[in-house]
Amino acid sequence: MQTAIRFDPERLPPRTRALREEVREFLREEAAAGTFDPARAYKARGFDRGFSHRVAEKGWIGLTWPKKYGGQERSFLDRYVVSEEFTAACAPVGCHFVADRQSGPVIIRYAREEVKEEVLPKIIAGDACFCIGMSEPGSGSDLFAAATKAERVEGGFRVNGTKIWTSNAHRADYMIALFRTSAPTRENRRHGLTQFLVDMKTPGIKCSPIRNMAGGSEFNEVHFTDMFVPETMVLGEVDDAWKQATAELAYERSGPERFLDTYFVLTAMMKVLGENPDPRTAESLGRLVAQLHTMRRMSVSVAGMLEQGKEPVLEASIVKDLGTVWEQALPGRARDIAAFHDGSAPLGANAPSFEDVLDYATLVAPKLTIQGGTTEILRGIIARGLGLR
Amino acid sequence: MSDDSIVVETTRRIFADLADPQTLTSATDDAWKAGLWSALEAAGLTLAWVPEAAGGAGAEMADGFDVLRISGQYAAPAPIAETLLAALTLARAGIALPEGAMTVGPIRDGDVLRLADGKITGRARAVPFAAEAAHLAAMVEDASGVAHVALIPLGEAAATARDADLGAARADLHFDGAVPAALAPAPADFGAEDFRRLGAVIRVQQMAGGLETALDLCTRYVQERVAFGKPIGKFQAVQQNLARLAGEVAAALTAASSSADTLARWTEGDADITPEDLFLECAAAKIRAGEAANEGAAIAHQAHGAIGFTNEYVLQRFTRTLFGWRDDFGGEARWALNLGNAMAARGADALWPALTRR
Repeated sequence: MQTAIRFDPERLPPRTRALREEVREFLREEAAAGTFDPARAYKARGFDRGFSHRVAEKGWIGLTWPKKYGGQERSFLDRYVVSEEFTAACAPVGCHFVADRQSGPVIIRYAREEVKEEVLPKIIAGDACFCIGMSEPGSGSDLFAAATKAERVEGGFRVNGTKIWTSNAHRADYMIALFRTSAPTRENRRHGLTQFLVDMKTPGIKCSPIRNMAGGSEFNEVHFTDMFVPETMVLGEVDDAWKQATAELAYERSGPERFLDTYFVLTAMMKVLGENPDPRTAESLGRLVAQLHTMRRMSVSVAGMLEQGKEPVLEASIVKDLGTVWEQALPGRARDIAAFHDGSAPLGANAPSFEDVLDYATLVAPKLTIQGGTTEILRGIIARGLGLR
Repeated sequence: MSDDSIVVETTRRIFADLADPQTLTSATDDAWKAGLWSALEAAGLTLAWVPEAAGGAGAEMADGFDVLRISGQYAAPAPIAETLLAALTLARAGIALPEGAMTVGPIRDGDVLRLADGKITGRARAVPFAAEAAHLAAMVEDASGVAHVALIPLGEAAATARDADLGAARADLHFDGAVPAALAPAPADFGAEDFRRLGAVIRVQQMAGGLETALDLCTRYVQERVAFGKPIGKFQAVQQNLARLAGEVAAALTAASSSADTLARWTEGDADITPEDLFLECAAAKIRAGEAANEGAAIAHQAHGAIGFTNEYVLQRFTRTLFGWRDDFGGEARWALNLGNAMAARGADALWPALTRR
């Protein structure tokens, strides 16, 4: 009779503590060496091939992947620890993050053997940056409206069309892209899309940067003009990409980056409030800590279910819905909580002020409930999980 | 949550057979109460946490928490949680258990029962099931602030039923020189803080269970109720609200399972759990589950329209009780104040290490 939502009390195993300490020590060393400035890293969220190489040398990319491709077959919970430490520290993971989280797993599951042998070791070495070619000017949440066409030609496909909002496309080595290989059928409008692995050095690709309202330009519009993709680069079944999408979403949607993107505002706020806040302020802080702690426990619980080989699609969607709404609201709440404190002083030597941090977080917050599946789409998935659709 | 344990299966069966919310809502008298209570007693569930040597069932802490979540799925129409906590409190203090249902106090912020010359004076507001239980197991405080456990016959109290019914048949109790049936110093490992913390985690289990049923009622209702030519569950606005409710239920379930697991391990002497870990878990759970009860009840009522506001439909049993549970053993604001102060004192750089302990 009860709705089947499960969040078991997963505890990260004690062995992960040593790993966590190792990651923290690594980040301290990187900061000391000047790779990134912890006080300002929130703004950069850097893209640094050197950093990604050193992460790779530690063995922290593709941690859970099969040994035969260079992975370590370690637990998904180990990966969780590495990922949350990097995310909370705003470490410059831009070059390897997407490949490690989702592109690699897609390749492991759907690529041809020779492609796996070529590409996976590059990712694990920190040499292959990935971008995701899903959205198009006329197709965002409605993924099945994708119109970029891949026509069969001798030995492969010829691609024409445009992808948009593609983070890091201008510096990525590969894209995992969704192209239309057939028209949708009357019975199934999801039919006719195919996933491809695209080498970004292929002739016929042009990237145009899009500046965003927070001043960044990771976004791109990517134009394909008669680009050739060999048959071997098809991922999974031609025309049947819709069957492949769902399981990966649990990985993509439930991770620590889904509620920690504005964490830096919380710690900056605490520095302004000091060690003896008044009751109103202390109570507000306590609520934020309780909400964050519970979010994280939910996310760890999903990681545990993934580790056990389950497919907690409903639970993962709930984590992303709650988590992104929370991290989006955090700057506004910090603004209210700290309203009667002076937030203009630097928060340390060469550090920005709370006001600087808050202003930046305020500008990035609107995207958090859009990227990787909008709130509305997620809630639709949750409603389906409840049996309403 | 160990679904397969015998304790859990037994609890599910008893509540399903004897505490069906619609049957209880339609009942014209209280005859069902005796049947439900004697079944719970006969199965050993009411004394689950008391060692066998002291006359209890000697169940694991975790099993007891599962029993409580299930009781919440039925809006706990019997003092199972109160008797479990009372019996554990008495047993820890070495006090022999009386027959029958018990309740506990004080459970509301600001209430204190004072002990002087072996007699007890003070107030305990909103004590659950005050008219059904024969005894109150109380944490009382002597003049020097030392905690004692007292077993007080409820006949010693002046009881006033609460004006509005927020579930659990509550009454405000006043004691003026009440003579306890038994009295003992609270043991070092189960004082006033331990009592309040366990009480809070108990209510979190029950709130999570209550919210599970509220979601269940909503998903069924919106598929049955037709408006504008289709079941209202087909409208996106309604679907999106229920998805939000599922999020609140999920948060409450997580708060419940995580805090229960931590407290059970702490009680069993797991040295890996520090007092700071325990405090964070229990405080966060009570705050977040209370918030989920607020949000969840509002959404559940919205989904039901006017029918949910009637006495004949069962939703009110759950939302009224959820509202009452929020305030027991410290409301969200009180726990948040304490948690905020503790985290502020430790400083911004200590927050992340504290959050990632487990």
